Amino acid sequence: MVDEAEAIEARADAADERVYVASQWQLMWWRFRKHKPAMIAGVVMLGFYVIALLAPFFATTEPTLSEGDRSLMPPQRIHWFDGWKPSPHVFAVSGERDQVTFKRVYEVDRDQKIPVRFLGRGFEYKFLWLIPTDRHLLGAKGAKTEESIFLLGTDLQGRDVYSRLLFATRISMSIGLVGVSLSLVLGILLGGMSGFYGGYVDTVIQRAIEILRSIPTIPLWMGLAAALPQDWSVLRVYFAITLIISVLGWTELARVVRGRFLALREEDFVMAAMLSGASHTRTIFRHMVPSFYSHIIAVSTLAIPEMIISETALSFLGLGLQPPAVSYGVLLQAAQNIQAIALTPWLMIPAFPVIIVVLAFNFLGDGLRDAADPYSQ
Amino acid sequence: MLAYFIRRIFFAFGTLWVVSVIAFAIIQLPAGDYITSYITGLEALGDLVSEEEAETLREEYGLNRPIYVQYSKWMLQVVRGEFGLSMEYQLPVGDIIGERLLMTIIVALAAVFFVWVMALPIGIYSAVKQYSVGDYTFTFVGFLGLAVPNFLLALVLLYFSFRYFDANVAGLFSPEYFRAPWSIGRIIDLLKHLWIPAIVLGTAGTAALIRIMRANLLDELRKPYVVAARARGMSEWKLVLKYPVRVALNPFASTIGYILPYIVSGSIIVSVVLSLPTVGPLLLRSLLSQDMFLAGTIILLIGAMTVVGTLISDVILVLIDPRIRFSGR
Repeated sequence: MVDEAEAIEARADAADERVYVASQWQLMWWRFRKHKPAMIAGVVMLGFYVIALLAPFFATTEPTLSEGDRSLMPPQRIHWFDGWKPSPHVFAVSGERDQVTFKRVYEVDRDQKIPVRFLGRGFEYKFLWLIPTDRHLLGAKGAKTEESIFLLGTDLQGRDVYSRLLFATRISMSIGLVGVSLSLVLGILLGGMSGFYGGYVDTVIQRAIEILRSIPTIPLWMGLAAALPQDWSVLRVYFAITLIISVLGWTELARVVRGRFLALREEDFVMAAMLSGASHTRTIFRHMVPSFYSHIIAVSTLAIPEMIISETALSFLGLGLQPPAVSYGVLLQAAQNIQAIALTPWLMIPAFPVIIVVLAFNFLGDGLRDAADPYSQ
Repeated sequence: MLAYFIRRIFFAFGTLWVVSVIAFAIIQLPAGDYITSYITGLEALGDLVSEEEAETLREEYGLNRPIYVQYSKWMLQVVRGEFGLSMEYQLPVGDIIGERLLMTIIVALAAVFFVWVMALPIGIYSAVKQYSVGDYTFTFVGFLGLAVPNFLLALVLLYFSFRYFDANVAGLFSPEYFRAPWSIGRIIDLLKHLWIPAIVLGTAGTAALIRIMRANLLDELRKPYVVAARARGMSEWKLVLKYPVRVALNPFASTIGYILPYIVSGSIIVSVVLSLPTVGPLLLRSLLSQDMFLAGTIILLIGAMTVVGTLISDVILVLIDPRIRFSGR
């Protein structure tokens, strides 16, 4: 009995010991691990970024390849079994124009099976922008992939929605990251100045933030986005849009950073650093900023989904990215009215990744925010 | 207290002025002006427009004057309650916007109403029955409501109502009332359509408010005065509703300020999806055709609604909560 009690005590001591010597990041990780929804969200997020990185590998067709003959094809299902034998295949589809309505009507030919092959050959691309290859996760045996497999159907121009969705992931996910980095720079710089120097500088920056926040964002974005010249290249428009979104997005970050600076300014260790002759820059970046890294990360994570939504909304209205760029918003433009939704519901599929991404980022951000301060109870 | 109100109103006017400058700057940003896009349109139809004709048109609309002259001319008109001429429709901006602005306000108010009616009882329930199945369900639904952008919600709602109820929920009026003058029947028809945009626009706000209400009420319920009242045998419902709820009600007032602009702003995109006769689709169109006074006026008016909303909420907050200090902000 006595031995057992001692053993338990010893183990508790060991656990305590581990907590005492753990670094701040370790403590944060332990706390984050307990937040189940955030862990799941983190895994989902990773999945999305893997898709974004390897988009051409997962894609079956070039996203810009259009073909009038297969306009608005409904999604095809992969049939995994042929009787009891596992042999993944899709049925061949033939299209015909209805002589009365002039709509293309597609018929599934149940006799003609097109086998699906893994790691088959398709269009050429560079794996991770480095290695040229033509291997894809999915491909069709015999027929050309771009003529036979449309997992999520095709759009009006006959482009494969599934492949376009994968490439859209690339743009939509990166726009959040780029936008947040821009907002971070602005937010830390202006929020930091506001909180560190206080007084006159603080008043000016705070008033500017208040005014920016009281302006309705969506009309402002629309106006700014509508002002982009039509003849700009895709890349330039991409950066212009991220810039527009982050110009209005930095205020929240600046507010958080300012609050932290205000709280820390009076701390003894800051005073100590100043008295030891550290310059302002050194005091800020070496002594103050590290103590709220974690908060900044959490707040940025929560800001990313807002950026993604903003871009989606702008592109959805036709004011954001222009074709041939594809983002979730650009894809959703095809599903803008009741006719499209009623007749071709598969064009609405890009709404789901948006919702999943936004939810995942929110859960992840929540978990990070809880974990950011591991010393609190 | 009076000084506080005066300062707030002064600040509101300052913000409005900045909004007007920004609105004007935005409509000046695109390369070219309305005449350029007008001529492009004509040329697409096969008409040729000479340089002189273009100049005459510019002269007529005052587009060849320096920007600050154009701005002050416009501002002078705005102060008198006129907003200039829409170049595309050849009508005074006020005539085009009139009813649409009213619809925008009605839709926004309906959404705010929805937010309050839903969030108050659910917030109280979630706090009183913390960690119950209902609480978890509402928390989850709330999270979903916060995360889903409202125009996607509108799309999904459109699809499901079409697919399963075979009804087109877009628009604010049935066809027979679309251009009809106001009557009891038209109002009833409006109310029949209004709930969809109200739900779509109100969901995110409701979710946010439920969370705030729940957190505030939970803090309040743990206070000693609640325990003391319970110990004296006060009935549980009276106990909750009489004091803690009243204290926790604060966010409801302060949300008029930030929910109203949010809803007005959000209604622009949702209106495009649900084809509502609000100012949203008009703004989109006027921005694309560079119909500058129309676009500028809409941005200015939405800005004004935002500023007034914030002002109202600040004032109400001060009136209902004596703890808020008047000095400093």
